[in-house]
Amino acid sequence: MKLELRGISKAFGSFYANKDIDLVVDNAQIHCLLGENGAGKSTLMNVLYGLYQPTEGQILIDDKPVQFSGPGDAMAAGIGMVHQHFMLIPVFTVAENIALGAEATKAGGVLDLQITRKKIREISDRYGFDVDPDAIVEDLPVGVQQRVEIIKALVREAKVLILDEPTAVLTPQETDELLDIMRQLKANGTSIVFISHKLREVRAVSDVITVVRRGLVIDSVPPETSTTDLANLMVGRAVQLNLNKEAATPGAASLMVRDVSVVNAAGTTTLDHVSFEIHQGEILAVAGVQGNGQTELTEAILGTQPVTAGSIKLDGQELVGKSVKAVLRAGVGFVPEDRSVHGLVTQFSIEENLILDLYDRKPFGKGISMNLDAMKKNATKQIADFDVRTDNPLNPASSLSGGNQQKVVMARELSRDLKLFIASQPTRGVDVGSIEFLHRRIVAERDKGTPVMIVSTELDEVMELADRIAVLYKGKINGIVPGNTSREVLGLMMAGVSQEDAISQADFVKADAEPLEAQPVVSQAPPSPHKPKHSTTAEGDAQ
Amino acid sequence: MTTTTSAALQPSISLLPSKKTPIVLSVIALITLISFGFLGSNQAANFSLSTNTDAFKIPDLVFPGMATNIVFGVLLLAVAGYSWWLRSKGRTLPTYAVVLAAVLFVLGFLIWVVSGANINSISLASLLAGAVVLAVPLVFGSLSGVLCERAGVVNIAIEGQLLGGAFTAAIVASITKSAFAGLIAAGIAGALVSLVLALFAIKYMVNQIIVGVVLNVLVSGITGFLFTTVMQEDPELFNSPAHLPVVAIPGLSAIPVLGPILFKQSVIGYLMYLAVFLVWFGLFKTRWGLRVRAVGEHPKAADTLGIKVNATRFWNVTLGGIIAGIGGSFFTLVAIDSFTKEISGGRGFIALAAVIFGRWNPIGAFAAALLFGFADNLQVILTIIGTPVPSQFMAMMPYLVTIFAVAGLVGRSRGPAAAGEPYVKE
Repeated sequence: MKLELRGISKAFGSFYANKDIDLVVDNAQIHCLLGENGAGKSTLMNVLYGLYQPTEGQILIDDKPVQFSGPGDAMAAGIGMVHQHFMLIPVFTVAENIALGAEATKAGGVLDLQITRKKIREISDRYGFDVDPDAIVEDLPVGVQQRVEIIKALVREAKVLILDEPTAVLTPQETDELLDIMRQLKANGTSIVFISHKLREVRAVSDVITVVRRGLVIDSVPPETSTTDLANLMVGRAVQLNLNKEAATPGAASLMVRDVSVVNAAGTTTLDHVSFEIHQGEILAVAGVQGNGQTELTEAILGTQPVTAGSIKLDGQELVGKSVKAVLRAGVGFVPEDRSVHGLVTQFSIEENLILDLYDRKPFGKGISMNLDAMKKNATKQIADFDVRTDNPLNPASSLSGGNQQKVVMARELSRDLKLFIASQPTRGVDVGSIEFLHRRIVAERDKGTPVMIVSTELDEVMELADRIAVLYKGKINGIVPGNTSREVLGLMMAGVSQEDAISQADFVKADAEPLEAQPVVSQAPPSPHKPKHSTTAEGDAQ
Repeated sequence: MTTTTSAALQPSISLLPSKKTPIVLSVIALITLISFGFLGSNQAANFSLSTNTDAFKIPDLVFPGMATNIVFGVLLLAVAGYSWWLRSKGRTLPTYAVVLAAVLFVLGFLIWVVSGANINSISLASLLAGAVVLAVPLVFGSLSGVLCERAGVVNIAIEGQLLGGAFTAAIVASITKSAFAGLIAAGIAGALVSLVLALFAIKYMVNQIIVGVVLNVLVSGITGFLFTTVMQEDPELFNSPAHLPVVAIPGLSAIPVLGPILFKQSVIGYLMYLAVFLVWFGLFKTRWGLRVRAVGEHPKAADTLGIKVNATRFWNVTLGGIIAGIGGSFFTLVAIDSFTKEISGGRGFIALAAVIFGRWNPIGAFAAALLFGFADNLQVILTIIGTPVPSQFMAMMPYLVTIFAVAGLVGRSRGPAAAGEPYVKE
């Protein structure tokens, strides 16, 4: 089936999310839509899937114009979509989810799930999915849930499959499996529209790459295009992909986390005897697939999450049991993972947001009054320093783009004298240009001698920033490794493989004759001395 | 120091299960043993199982008050001890043991009350049959709640639907002299209340709780006004509804205990059993039900599969209104001779509790409604036989049972995820 978008525009009010888009997806082709967050990729696909009506333009299938008034029409025309946030009902079984909307029934509308189960087994066997039709969806790992979504589209005989940011929730290994599945689907004649902003995957699997920027199609290029060229097309200017940071010069260990365990209200152990330390002047990145205890870890340090057992000491001072305010006063700077919910009061002005945790301290607060002049001065300075793009500091924070909002949060947290800086997902949903800026700021804070903890689910970011990497898996630290550990090893460790096994397996997969290095395997150990870049955290220094 | 592996230092986090269950069990065991047993009356408590119309007689159950409760108390202590022991092993008590303890406690309470009363005999058969009768409006109300919430609309207006149904049934059945016309009119009245809820909750996205509460007040005001201005002006014409007779199925209705419960009901009573089955079957076995539940759990997912979310919600709320309206007609067409102000007396809210206690399942809600009906009827019967417990405390019993049932036994039960949230297409 050949799918063509001709001159598609989609406007929300006066804002054009898509403007005059032309796109042709040929039969059995993997066509990648590459663009930054907010470039208009998802909007375009929602138009194609009938969720939005295009303001202008036409959709053609096999050169015949079609009109979709809803997803039902799109599905009937052979278009299937796997949404970034899965459209599965968590409490239903796999079979119920797949049947929904296209149910096989006996007389009187009585469900016949047997037919659905059979279809699921067929497809599952054909592609080696290993999906149990009677499993409850919420009990399944995300990777399997995604396969359920794919089966859902295939059962409806989709000829074109739209995958919206499918790798965002996957471990690197699961991602590779997904890419294999995509190739298999292509071999069976299914066309795929693959939406992503991750250059590595895009180059690995696509037949054609169409770059979208600010709602416009910029160019269509072959997958052989270099990563740098793709990045430049995507961002619209030359980007430097490598941070090239200086080697860390760590000092004494100042954050000591010892056997911290957290059991949540539902009785689930979300952190299980987590121990590590962070030295002055080093960045410890916490890697892991989302939902393996990262949120709980940062919140436990901040004090918003009650700690069941263990101790967290900052420069010898116990933080467990302290109020959040006391923790902040002890010198902890905190960038939460969801800036619009926990980092900002979006209805407040930028100026107010810049002093959210400083409002009661000099020079901003005095008695019961606030020093408006000091607030204004502070805002002017921070906006200039962090290059926040706004025409008025009194605008609400909600008027800013994601990247600029993050700069406001970061500016506020870094404007104090810090003993520890924690940033969770510091660049999620931030444009490439701002990512570079924010990364430099984080490294600058490290170079001032502050211990820094970064939590990120983006492996690229982890590898970019980290001096050491702690991998969280199911609430446990599955090893702490040097910052230059390979992507393969990290990926395996994120999937729960132990450090030694990960190293030997990754080595085996690569099958190149690189001699096995004597990696340190003690999980709480500092980097081994034979790696000069990381060796300065020697035992002697820490005492 | 940095190389310290913490294996040796690790205190294990062995979190034991909550102490709640063992503590509650211990307390009720002690109450049974001491208050009901040692301090109870030693007269025999007599429970009759058969009525005069039964096909054959079952002998009465007779329990010596003090002795039985001492035995029950010891048994309950054993269950409590078992529960503590299991907890120390990190396990929780199996459900059957909890049910056993609850049954022992309720029986013990009954025996204690009856043996200490002026008349030491009650009819268990009529206690149960009466419980079903009192539960009828609760069951219809809770089915309405289940239908609405499963589709994602919180229905606080059950009380208003019951009251509207009761009023309309009374006035229509009086004017037309036909109880069936009253029954149908009651369904329409319930649907009208629902339509207002659906319009504001789904189309205008007003907070569903607020619309529901306002509707209850509105229906109460309108029926109260019409009652004083119309009905009381000419009660002959407007407030003497024709009644639905109790239809006994010959033979079957003479089975002791079960006969009167299952086979000696009004049309509405039989409709209740049918409605419970149909709603259960519809929700869990049919295409319609799968779609309804999908809409209540994850409306956006349902939308992406071509299911019309708001239309589904709209029709479900309407259907819920019809069912609750019919339930309301039970007050004026079966239970009581005529309409009075606030005749539903807060049962719509108890029905709401039954929805939650029954975990949003029609059969669960039915069982919960029966439990509340039982507590209600027990209170009536115990007041009649003259128990040592003041009648005001007895009158509180159904509500206490409701609170304990919903808060204690259900725990954190999970309702439809999208209940209460309007669905907006972006």
